[in-house]
Amino acid sequence: MNPEWEVVLGLEIHTQLATNTKIFCGCPARAPEGVSVADLGPNANTCPVCTGQPGALPVLNRKVVEFAMRAGLAMNCEIRKKNVFSRKNYFYPDLPKGYQISQFDLPICEKGYVDIEYKLGGKEQTKRIGITRIHMEEDAGKNLHMDDFSLVNLNRACVPLIEIVSEPDMRSAEEAGAYMRAVYAIVTAIGVCDGNMQEGNFRCDANVSVMPKGSNKFGTRAEIKNVNSFRFVEKAIEYEVERQIALIQSGGKVVQETRLWDSAKGQTFSMRSKEEAHDYRYFPEPDLIPVQIEEKWLEKVRSELPELPSQKKTRYISELGLSSYDAGVLTSSAALAQFFEETLKLIGGEAKASAKAISNHLAGEVSRLMNEESVELSAVKLTPKHLAEIVKLQTSNVISSTGAKTVIAVAWKSGEAVDVIVDREGLKQVSDTGALEKAVDAIIAANPGQVAEYRSGKEKLLGFFVGQAMKATGGKANPGMLQEIVRRKLSS
Amino acid sequence: MLNEKYRTISQVHDAFDRKELSSVDLTRDTLAAIRASKHNAFLLTMEDRAMAAAKMADQILLQHGKVPRDTHPLLGIPIAIKDNMVIDGVRTTCASKMLENYIPPYTGTAVDRLEKAGAVFVGKTNLDEFAMGGSNENSAFGPVEHPTFPGYVPGGSSGGSATAVKAGFCIAALGSDTGGSIRQPASYCGVVGFKPTYGRISRYGLVAFASSLDQIGPFTNSVEDSATLLEVMGGHDPLDSTSSERPKEPYAANVRKKLEWKGLRVGIPKEYFIDGVDPSVKKSVKEAIEWVAKQGATIVDISLPNTPYAVSVYYIVAVSEASSNLARFDGVRFGVRPPNAMEVEDIADFYKRVRANFGPEVKRRIILGTFALSSGYYDAYFHKACQVRRLIKNDFDRVFKECDVILGPVAPSTAFKKGEKASDPLKMYLNDILTIPCNLAGLPGMSVPCGKDEKGLPIGIQIIAPQFRDDLVLNVGHAFETGYTGGGR
Repeated sequence: MNPEWEVVLGLEIHTQLATNTKIFCGCPARAPEGVSVADLGPNANTCPVCTGQPGALPVLNRKVVEFAMRAGLAMNCEIRKKNVFSRKNYFYPDLPKGYQISQFDLPICEKGYVDIEYKLGGKEQTKRIGITRIHMEEDAGKNLHMDDFSLVNLNRACVPLIEIVSEPDMRSAEEAGAYMRAVYAIVTAIGVCDGNMQEGNFRCDANVSVMPKGSNKFGTRAEIKNVNSFRFVEKAIEYEVERQIALIQSGGKVVQETRLWDSAKGQTFSMRSKEEAHDYRYFPEPDLIPVQIEEKWLEKVRSELPELPSQKKTRYISELGLSSYDAGVLTSSAALAQFFEETLKLIGGEAKASAKAISNHLAGEVSRLMNEESVELSAVKLTPKHLAEIVKLQTSNVISSTGAKTVIAVAWKSGEAVDVIVDREGLKQVSDTGALEKAVDAIIAANPGQVAEYRSGKEKLLGFFVGQAMKATGGKANPGMLQEIVRRKLSS
Repeated sequence: MLNEKYRTISQVHDAFDRKELSSVDLTRDTLAAIRASKHNAFLLTMEDRAMAAAKMADQILLQHGKVPRDTHPLLGIPIAIKDNMVIDGVRTTCASKMLENYIPPYTGTAVDRLEKAGAVFVGKTNLDEFAMGGSNENSAFGPVEHPTFPGYVPGGSSGGSATAVKAGFCIAALGSDTGGSIRQPASYCGVVGFKPTYGRISRYGLVAFASSLDQIGPFTNSVEDSATLLEVMGGHDPLDSTSSERPKEPYAANVRKKLEWKGLRVGIPKEYFIDGVDPSVKKSVKEAIEWVAKQGATIVDISLPNTPYAVSVYYIVAVSEASSNLARFDGVRFGVRPPNAMEVEDIADFYKRVRANFGPEVKRRIILGTFALSSGYYDAYFHKACQVRRLIKNDFDRVFKECDVILGPVAPSTAFKKGEKASDPLKMYLNDILTIPCNLAGLPGMSVPCGKDEKGLPIGIQIIAPQFRDDLVLNVGHAFETGYTGGGR
């Protein structure tokens, strides 16, 4: 980042709520288990209410209010007792009523915060990010643009969302990324969001502005819309910050506008300017009565709140002896934490020893594969049972750490049993001392020159002997044992 | 015109019981009368559906020997539905070009409840486009004729329903009342028109004009019939959050109970007898009130001081809500597309062409409403109007401590000639001054015929009661209707 400029960032995160039905009608809010939303027929998941038929009326789903309360409590918000919905009026083909039912001046949650942790220059940093508000609203449908016409699919119309609006408290792309990850960890942990970012169920708009260092007057901001990946949000902000600084330095002015992130080009581009911005003509939704949240209801929701990621992380560190980094990775999503805990339970025995091994795989190979393929843990065939067996085989030296990675990668796609994979891929290590000694003897006998050199002090050659012996066993030797035998034989 | 002998539910049901009439006969005659009429009261007749329902009614009649009034209080009764309420598979136009091809995929709650009670739907009635108007001249499919005075308007917006009931094209009809759209045409046509308490009848399936004001209600030839229809249609609907959870009452049984005039405190608001009200209307309503006093009721002079602001408040709140409610007619999902849709320049051009299908009054209101809600104007218009609306409601809350019901005129004048006010929207708007306060306060209000002007045009008296005292409105209406013989009705 440019040292002469200060970056000011605020995020608006749209979270799709994992309720059974839509916010204002009885249609399912999600595709049935095992079916992708994309596979539902166009407009198959609709009714008179969510298609906005003339005369149809919305009826509020109480579960939505409960989920919003849960999110608010988990993010330390004040919960409003009397909730009012408003109409946000604008024309767009994916909006069947010509208005979106949302909350305007009286959102359900206000004045909360989320603590974030991130690394800056290799050092762990913590910071408290303010939550301005969380409000409930309905999603719109989806436009599909063809060459000379467009299609509208209303399956997603009326699906419940909460919009989580932060204070402009973030000062770098890293902070914004860490904040987005922290909110993600919370909403998945408390079960209000399924966390599926590919489907757009967790996405954000980033408000970006820059000002000269030391100034207390925020610059004009641009809003980058609909970014649905942690990495993209950081990249988009970095690009946008550089663009704004370059623009100002060359005598230009930042205009208030909405921009979109093109991940292929790695650039943001203008979608519409303030002059074209909508006047949403908000007014209280007359078709819905205000929702009263009585103290009893609030207390019930509060008491049912599950362990939050920050609490879980503390527990992993203190009870399981994990590093702060590992605990952070494991609690970054509910799916990961659950996978970890189930694996741990299956292994049984001394928890601390297995925890580190499981964590290494989850933070290593598993996270790498997830990122590489952009998939959620729930969508792959690797199960806690697989990982438990892998760790057990590794601990008893049956497979190497490299072998373990291979098993993970194969099971990831095929879901086959671990022993089947180990056999077929020939991953079993040779840990038979006799067989290993025999192989080492043969190498020593075949390389008298190198033996002499080693014995005269060129200890670097140890690696040569280990490598040759490993080659002779077809790479299956237990590396620890092999090294030990070579060292012993050469010194005798 | 149907046989004068059969104008109320009980007349028809008694005839069914005596086997002097069958539902099929009645329905066939009704449909024939509608086809032969020149009133333009109907936008569509539902011949097949009506005949099927009539056959079903005759079967039930045969099974039971006589009308099972407890399970089928509307068995075989021909009813017309204002064409802004949806019936599954039946074209619903709202008298707008915009919806000339709209076939709804569902049935509204009120209509559904009527059908389950045995009603036979004969057709969809004409109205002012999207229920915006007071003369039925704003229909995209032509104006409705007054049922008894050719050349005059029947009132509006439910002019088709009022005409249909008066002219004998049905026994009852549904209307919707946002600012007087049931009571004013009932007064103009000389029938009973009842707007129940806001939230008493579900709005699910009523194409919204102004959601916080719209209310479905009946047109009938007797107050008793209005009670029967309310009892069938009323009560909570899980599909309409604004419908009240308060249990409905046995309105039909209650309405027949003898009203004790003695001890009833009747409020007469001085603001309802101001200069703008025709002398003939004042005279007729005052005569009726004198009769009420003679029956032993206590007359209380009351004041509703915020009445003069009602029209202004209404024409901000109603048009604001309308501007949003009518946004869905954008040509994407609903509304007629331009014939050359593929040649439009962009989406804005597309919208512009589609929205040209609205009539001038609808356009005027959408523009007014859009303005009133715009940022920078919201506080001065919409918000202020909501505050004054509260004051108007407070007026009623206060006077209902001094009186039980309010009596007054329904409209400042009797029916006027077609074209007389069409060019002056403001004059037309002021015509709603006596009906609008009820909608703003959510109160039940009814128009019952009480007399005629010098030309013989009908005049109605308005009965208003506190929220959810629909029973009292019906009770007073029935006692008046059956007791009062004056007014030259």
